[in-house]
Amino acid sequence: MLTIAEREFRAYFSSPIAFVFLMAFPAAAGVLPFYVDDFFAREQADLESFFRFHPWLYLVFMPAMAMRMWSEERRDGTFELLMTLPIGTTRAVLGKFLAAWSIAGIALALTAPMWLTVNYLGEPDNPVIAVGYLASWLVAGAILAIGAACSALSSNQVVAFFLAVSSGFLFFLCGLEPVLSALESWSSPLLTEIVSGFSMPENFMQIARGSISASNLLFFISTIVSALLINIWLVDLQRA
Amino acid sequence: MTPPLVEVERLAKHFGPIHAVNNVTFKVDRGEILGLMGPNGAGKTTTMRMLTGYIEPSEGTARIHGLDIHMEPVEAKRAVGYLPEGAPLYGDMSVESFLLFIARARGVPRRELWERYRDTVAKTSLHRVLHQPINTLSKGFKRRVGLAQAIIHDPSVLVLDEPTDGLDPNQKHDVRVLLERMAKDKAIIISTHLLEEVEAICTRTVIIARGRTVADATPETLRRQSIFHNAVRLSVAKEHSEQLTTRLRTITGVGGVDWIGETDRQAVLRVISADRRSILSPVRMAVQETKSKVSEVMVESGRLEDLFRQLTLST
Repeated sequence: MLTIAEREFRAYFSSPIAFVFLMAFPAAAGVLPFYVDDFFAREQADLESFFRFHPWLYLVFMPAMAMRMWSEERRDGTFELLMTLPIGTTRAVLGKFLAAWSIAGIALALTAPMWLTVNYLGEPDNPVIAVGYLASWLVAGAILAIGAACSALSSNQVVAFFLAVSSGFLFFLCGLEPVLSALESWSSPLLTEIVSGFSMPENFMQIARGSISASNLLFFISTIVSALLINIWLVDLQRA
Repeated sequence: MTPPLVEVERLAKHFGPIHAVNNVTFKVDRGEILGLMGPNGAGKTTTMRMLTGYIEPSEGTARIHGLDIHMEPVEAKRAVGYLPEGAPLYGDMSVESFLLFIARARGVPRRELWERYRDTVAKTSLHRVLHQPINTLSKGFKRRVGLAQAIIHDPSVLVLDEPTDGLDPNQKHDVRVLLERMAKDKAIIISTHLLEEVEAICTRTVIIARGRTVADATPETLRRQSIFHNAVRLSVAKEHSEQLTTRLRTITGVGGVDWIGETDRQAVLRVISADRRSILSPVRMAVQETKSKVSEVMVESGRLEDLFRQLTLST
């Protein structure tokens, strides 16, 4: 699995995609709180307004990272080479996922100046921020895993990208007020609550604000695991 | 008695209503080079893909070293070196990093990694391009890299889908020499359209047509099954040709006489043996009896191409 992860990690850096992501994500994550959310006006030494944008940034960047995973293998014919190596589908899927997820981790680490800034300006609750970073990485993983599964569906990377963005966006729609209001008007409050429970930004922000619950963590972990299982199934389906 | 390194048993693959492979069975022992032949779309590549664990068979099974490729896929795949059709490679990698990646993925122990790498590079003559990205290489070099990745872990079974496709005659020769050298302690299966390749290096040939095995024998045995085995070719003076043809047709054991060519003064006849036994003596007697002026007599051994056409066009 690590052999595959290492190859994939290097492959990201043989094209501009990893460099673009590693520059664009920290830049966007650093700029948006100041220009869109008026970071200073809040007068609070925390990173809530910084984290708020993360899921939306991942919704674009993670499908872009994931789209090549399987599409490229199928387009170039290396899928057959990979699938006849003595590694098994599960390890191949995990290896590819870990490579992309670790790049997402590096991108997140590059936003550390924001953390340092709030420490310079005040006395933030650092453990909460640390948990927020971890949760942010989980959001990246969840969207990445969805993107990886979508990549296994098409040999066209553009198609895979749009499939991933659309699938990921469903988890954002679940938390949008107009959607929930519309849902509540014709269904029960229980159903509305269940649907809102699938909101990725909402689950994330609950952790980022410091109110960590097992259900929030379980949501991200189960999303990652489910998407990876679907990915394994889709890859095996192509060999049937 | 040790079991064969490769056992393919009643393999079948159906894609919906299409029967791509239907009941293919063969075995390959150590030291053998098996040539898998057949027209385009006959099922050679599908058979190889099932054998290497890439696709699941609809029926039947394949065993490598006694390991079922679908029950124990990882262990079985470790014993196989596979060159897929078109030799797909990771073009963004250098030759060196690609070969080392494949070696690690195929389970070569760390302490043997560089030794295996150096040995493979030497066998496939890749010294000049080791640090070049694969997508900048010529087709010949890419094919050699494909071959190198298949042998880097020193597998006991090699499955090569058209290994010399796209190579120039010198490169083809080099690959064939390499395969012959490696064949001593391995079971090698190659698929090819090239009959000369089968005759040059294969110890046995399996011909597949429309998904079925239609022949499984040595190239020599297959040549003997050709309708032209022991046929006699005669160059005869044109004025005697008709009389001789009439006489030849009366000989017991002659299956037919074909007029296959002519020059200004000579006609070229092919006398076919009905049961592929030698008919040289009765043909000579017929020539003497008719006092025909014959300038050349040649006994044909039969060609693989003829049998290939016989078997693949008739099924």
